[in-house]
Amino acid sequence: MARFFLRRLRHTVFVLFAISLISFFFIHLSGDPVMLMLPADASAEQIEAMRERLGFDDPLHVQYLRFLGGVLTGDLGNSLYYHVPVMELVLDRLPASLELALAAMAVALLVAIPVGVLSAVKRGSLIDFGSMLGALFGLSMPHFWLGIMMMLLFSVTLGWLPTSGRGTLAHLVMPATALGVSLMAMFARLTRSVMLEVLSLDYVRTARAKGLSEALVIGQHAFKNALIPIVTVAGMEFGFLLGGTVVIETVFGWPGLGRLVVEAIFNRDYPLVQASVLVLAMIFVLVNLAVDLIYGCLDPQIRVFDEGEMK
Amino acid sequence: MPLLEVDGLRTYFRTPAGLAKAVDDVSLDVEEGEIRAIVGESGCGKSVLSLSILRLLPQPPAFHAGGEIRFGGRDLLKVSQSEIRHIRGNEISMIFQEPMSALNPVFTIGHQLTEVYRVHRGVDARSARRQAVEMLTLVGVPAPEARLREYPFQLSGGMRQRVMIAMALACRPKLLIADEPTTALDVTIQAQILDLMRDLRESLGTAIILITHDLGVVAEMADRVSVMYAGRVAESAEVEALFDRTLHPYTRGLMHAVPSMAGDRAQSRLTEIGGVVPNLTDLPEGCRFEPRCPLAVAYCRKKEPPLETYEGAHMAACWRAGDA
Repeated sequence: MARFFLRRLRHTVFVLFAISLISFFFIHLSGDPVMLMLPADASAEQIEAMRERLGFDDPLHVQYLRFLGGVLTGDLGNSLYYHVPVMELVLDRLPASLELALAAMAVALLVAIPVGVLSAVKRGSLIDFGSMLGALFGLSMPHFWLGIMMMLLFSVTLGWLPTSGRGTLAHLVMPATALGVSLMAMFARLTRSVMLEVLSLDYVRTARAKGLSEALVIGQHAFKNALIPIVTVAGMEFGFLLGGTVVIETVFGWPGLGRLVVEAIFNRDYPLVQASVLVLAMIFVLVNLAVDLIYGCLDPQIRVFDEGEMK
Repeated sequence: MPLLEVDGLRTYFRTPAGLAKAVDDVSLDVEEGEIRAIVGESGCGKSVLSLSILRLLPQPPAFHAGGEIRFGGRDLLKVSQSEIRHIRGNEISMIFQEPMSALNPVFTIGHQLTEVYRVHRGVDARSARRQAVEMLTLVGVPAPEARLREYPFQLSGGMRQRVMIAMALACRPKLLIADEPTTALDVTIQAQILDLMRDLRESLGTAIILITHDLGVVAEMADRVSVMYAGRVAESAEVEALFDRTLHPYTRGLMHAVPSMAGDRAQSRLTEIGGVVPNLTDLPEGCRFEPRCPLAVAYCRKKEPPLETYEGAHMAACWRAGDA
């Protein structure tokens, strides 16, 4: 396992380097931040002075190396807009993003897996039909609309839940559900189809031929095999959840990273965009590493081959 | 009284193309301790028959349209779910063609083997482990203690099939159903597995239903044999009697399609049976073999021949049974 881990870590460093390179050059394509920072009637001298002060007059590769040096020392510079260290801003928002992503994923999986398994086992039944119809609704419903509808019902009409902000569990319920519903639908369909496939395999028939109860056949022999693709997809979706929740963050006034990044892009706040993208990428890579480690637990073939290498 | 009696079994499938009569009025019995072969081409219904006995077919699309399967004074088609679960792996066991896909890839051999003892014998983990080691030793798996910790993909095909047999015989069942147990194995391993099954029949007294398409295996292993064609029994006899004198033209065709090792240089080419197995959703009105039969006469097309007894226990379903 240790060797596997080291090899993955090498990968990780390379991936992060590539991402820093791409994000650096792409954000520079978005235009000159100085034009946004100064009034429209600023003179050419003023603009030039500002560019020089911020280091934007250096060649691009010099700027990139400066940025890379900053990454290594942990100092990614100050925000051009907020005038505070960007890492402070990012780390301030990160817990909120993680909390929302984790909650949405939990809501999705806790409902989707039992529903998907049940649909597969009762294939063609009313339960199967009903839950797959529900899943179709879940997939086709835009989540901002669902968020607003929930807000109207639970906050405005019933007054049970706060409309926006972060803090208590009550604040988390609606954004996590609004975000989780489409995931839930996707996972329910995925679980159903994976379970259907696994249930038709020979070893499931063997398990039945041994006289095991249906609970053991489905819950143990089939489900452990079905978990492998589910974990893969969950890992990927989690990465998207971290950065791709801008709309829900906006609807519910959730202080997450997504909104911070989008605002930073509009402000051409280079250092902030770069820091956010780097942190998101790092988490994405870490989640994938975790998925690989879970694989090792689920699929003995991966684990045993790796141990074989160490000998 | 025979150990197992299949009486007029009909197992049909509802398919988009119509009703597929995979097993259509099949009767056969198995005596205690005997090896009973069922032989036929792919799609003749032999696997469906064997899966019907333990009710392992997915229902739907499969359903039992008639008949009885009597075992120990019960009709297996009528007993409750919990009763059939108690019989599976305990009184009647089954092994399959593909030992790789028949074992679960994510559980150790130990887990899959001890599970049988835990479920049927209610023993604790330690005792189950000890019995599992004994059983693996009995089926000739070397270093059984180490094997228990391994996963199916770490074993060879022959070893996997030995593990399957160990699992199947763990609770000393009265009947083992072996569905093409050696088809997926190398020839040398095939012989080893067949030897093992024969030895275990002697030492444990387990009756075996041996499903195969290989007449060589039948000749070597079986006491009695039923030849199936398109969901029906075409011919049924003691093995010596069948190889002595075939009554059904289909059986004869099967025998001519097997290369002979002993002399017989005259037969340098194998003869095949012309045509294909009829579609099970659209069977001919008369004899099912008539379209491919070298002996067919006009009457064969009109009426289906019943399974009738000829010399001793030799039975055949053919209007021209015994005609050369």
